[in-house]
Amino acid sequence: MKTHLVPALRLTLVMLVLLAVIYPLLVAGISRLTPGGGQGETVVVNGKVVGYSRIGQSFTEDRYFNSRPSAVDYNAAGSAGSNKGPSNPDYLKTVQARIDTFLVHNPGVQKADIPAELVTASGSGLDPDLSPEGAKIQVARIAKVRGIAVEKLNQLVDSHTEGPLLGLFGPAKVNVLRLNIALNALK
Amino acid sequence: MSTEWIGVVVMYGLTVLLAIPLGKYLANVFKGEPNAFDFMAPLERLIYRLGGINPHRDMNWKENLVALLTINAVWLVYAFVLLLNQGSLPLNPDGNPSQTPDLAFNTAISFLVNCDLQHYSGESGATYLTQLGVMMFLMFVSAATGIAAAVLLFRSFMPQSVETVGNFYVLFTKAITRLLLPGSLVVALILAFNGTPASFDGKDTIVTLQGDTVNVSRGPAAGFIAIKHLGTNGGGYFGANSAHPLENPNYLTNMVEMIAQVLIPIAMIFAMGFYINRRKFAWVVYSVMTIGMLGLLIPTISSELGGNPAIARMGISQLTGAMEGKDVRFGALASGYWSIVTTIISTGSVNSMHDSSMALSGAMQLLGMMVNAFYGGVGAGLLNFYYFLIIAVFVSGLMVGRTPELFGRKVEAREIKIASIVALMSALLVKGGTALGAWIFMKYGAAEWAVQPSAWLNNPGFHGFSEILYEFTSANANNGSGFEGLGDNNFFWNYSTGIVLLLGRFLPIIGPVAIAGLLAKKKYVPESSGTLPVDTATFGLMIFAVIFIITALSFFPALALGPLAEYFSLR
Repeated sequence: MKTHLVPALRLTLVMLVLLAVIYPLLVAGISRLTPGGGQGETVVVNGKVVGYSRIGQSFTEDRYFNSRPSAVDYNAAGSAGSNKGPSNPDYLKTVQARIDTFLVHNPGVQKADIPAELVTASGSGLDPDLSPEGAKIQVARIAKVRGIAVEKLNQLVDSHTEGPLLGLFGPAKVNVLRLNIALNALK
Repeated sequence: MSTEWIGVVVMYGLTVLLAIPLGKYLANVFKGEPNAFDFMAPLERLIYRLGGINPHRDMNWKENLVALLTINAVWLVYAFVLLLNQGSLPLNPDGNPSQTPDLAFNTAISFLVNCDLQHYSGESGATYLTQLGVMMFLMFVSAATGIAAAVLLFRSFMPQSVETVGNFYVLFTKAITRLLLPGSLVVALILAFNGTPASFDGKDTIVTLQGDTVNVSRGPAAGFIAIKHLGTNGGGYFGANSAHPLENPNYLTNMVEMIAQVLIPIAMIFAMGFYINRRKFAWVVYSVMTIGMLGLLIPTISSELGGNPAIARMGISQLTGAMEGKDVRFGALASGYWSIVTTIISTGSVNSMHDSSMALSGAMQLLGMMVNAFYGGVGAGLLNFYYFLIIAVFVSGLMVGRTPELFGRKVEAREIKIASIVALMSALLVKGGTALGAWIFMKYGAAEWAVQPSAWLNNPGFHGFSEILYEFTSANANNGSGFEGLGDNNFFWNYSTGIVLLLGRFLPIIGPVAIAGLLAKKKYVPESSGTLPVDTATFGLMIFAVIFIITALSFFPALALGPLAEYFSLR
């Protein structure tokens, strides 16, 4: 034990310098060349930062495309899912309430057409996206509130839909913050 | 939906395509043969010189174990002290507090043993100093420890009787300089260029489009997340781990993180084949593990895509699958795939919340950790597989009436005793811990701890029991994922899982390395027609049967009380 204690201490010091000082500084240095300068990419409207492109925001008003339910209410100084199990009776009541609320705010929508993500909380609590269906099902409501043609809003969603990676991998999605910024810009 | 399938198939395919050449490379590195990273040799010589290490001295298995355990003890003390005092140390822009003694005990052990069970959230429970100097540092060195221990094992498969099996320090250093550090740098930069922060600025405050004021946590995350996956560590920089949109910004980073975490576990299998020159045996091992993975994966994907039956009954069609606890950019399929890979290889990073997985998926995630040898953690997976192998050799030797041997060495009573004890210990730790937790929950619900036992569980009924079972299973398997609804930052959970973590890590290292050392010393008897060949499909089936029977006997009752009961109640 004793013969190995000194090398253990010395090797630990050397590795600390290499792994906990040089390596993160190198990564931080190179990441200054990235779009967000290594601090996360922000979205600017009229010279004002309104959010981070990757971090979801709470949109609950009828005039916006609503974001998903969140267990942390989109507080980005924390992050978490609901951790509710599939059979939890209180949780199932919450889901039922979300369905009912959605139907009240979006009259004319068929229950079976509501995409699952609109009545369930995300894993991060900061999900920035909706599926294209999740955005389109809200179009009729927004058209009515804002007095914009349904056709025009559908086109807006289409133009903000990001397809699968390289057209091949993973689901399509719509970034809710960018979509709502574009919505505000529509006249 | 079809693009989601292509995504998962390509993720796995790419992993195997990369793992085979990486295995060859690793065999060269650890044999000391010429390889692509020989330009690292001056750096390694510098490390040996500053560390006071003689790289040319081979040690026997006992001395190697002492070296391994000594340096691990140093890391444990160092990490504990730093976490206890992080609040008053520099690099703490968000003003986060020091960890309590029980939490620091748990965190230090958890990262030391390559588990990364986290009873804190990165945003509020750690500082930039400890994120880098404790968590990230331990992620590198614990992974390198596992790899070094596995290579010590390879030596006992070689056809000469040997007293010495290698030098732990050299294997450890090379695992860092020639694999983990360069690999992490590549992954970190891919993440940074896709939006993961890497700088040292503290929280940002913004006013959102709808007018809410929100704080956004940031920090040096990219480098952290790279080694978190490459070293099958799994501890999240942010609380939500790889579900967090800064920790895993898009589908590309999801593929990179997924490939990074399972690459080395698979490559180590092929590395063994190249190292001991028994490639066919490596393929047998790979096939057994892959069949095991598919057996867990298929029910999981099918139930995640099927959606929650209770929500279906409300009239929601769930065309995209079960979405509770999942983010849209990954989808149910890639999330289900991740949940199985991360539990079989002991990473424990998550891109969806396992507590909200469908009941059957939860059972499969638990099984993955209970076996803990389908690919398994870096190095640790092969060590775990090794004791199943020893038992399989012994049982099949008895069945056909031949002396059990492995690679020309007799497997005798002492080796079998060690392997059996290691196998049984894991059942004891998981079920004993779960029983204790459930007992305290029932009996002492009002105890005045940081979280009252009666408030531990986030879900009632069968699922609540699964939360307790999952925590101890994860601790014993050194996995680190959790049913995170569990209120685990308190006296009981911090100490009990801390102890299980230590035993769950070091017994499966000490046991197999001891067996390997004992075998390596024995007389080598060349294989003949009287030897039971281990590189055949028949023997592969035998190993699979041994794994299945041991796991089923050990854990089926516990699974029946938790996720299986929930599954049948939901139908």
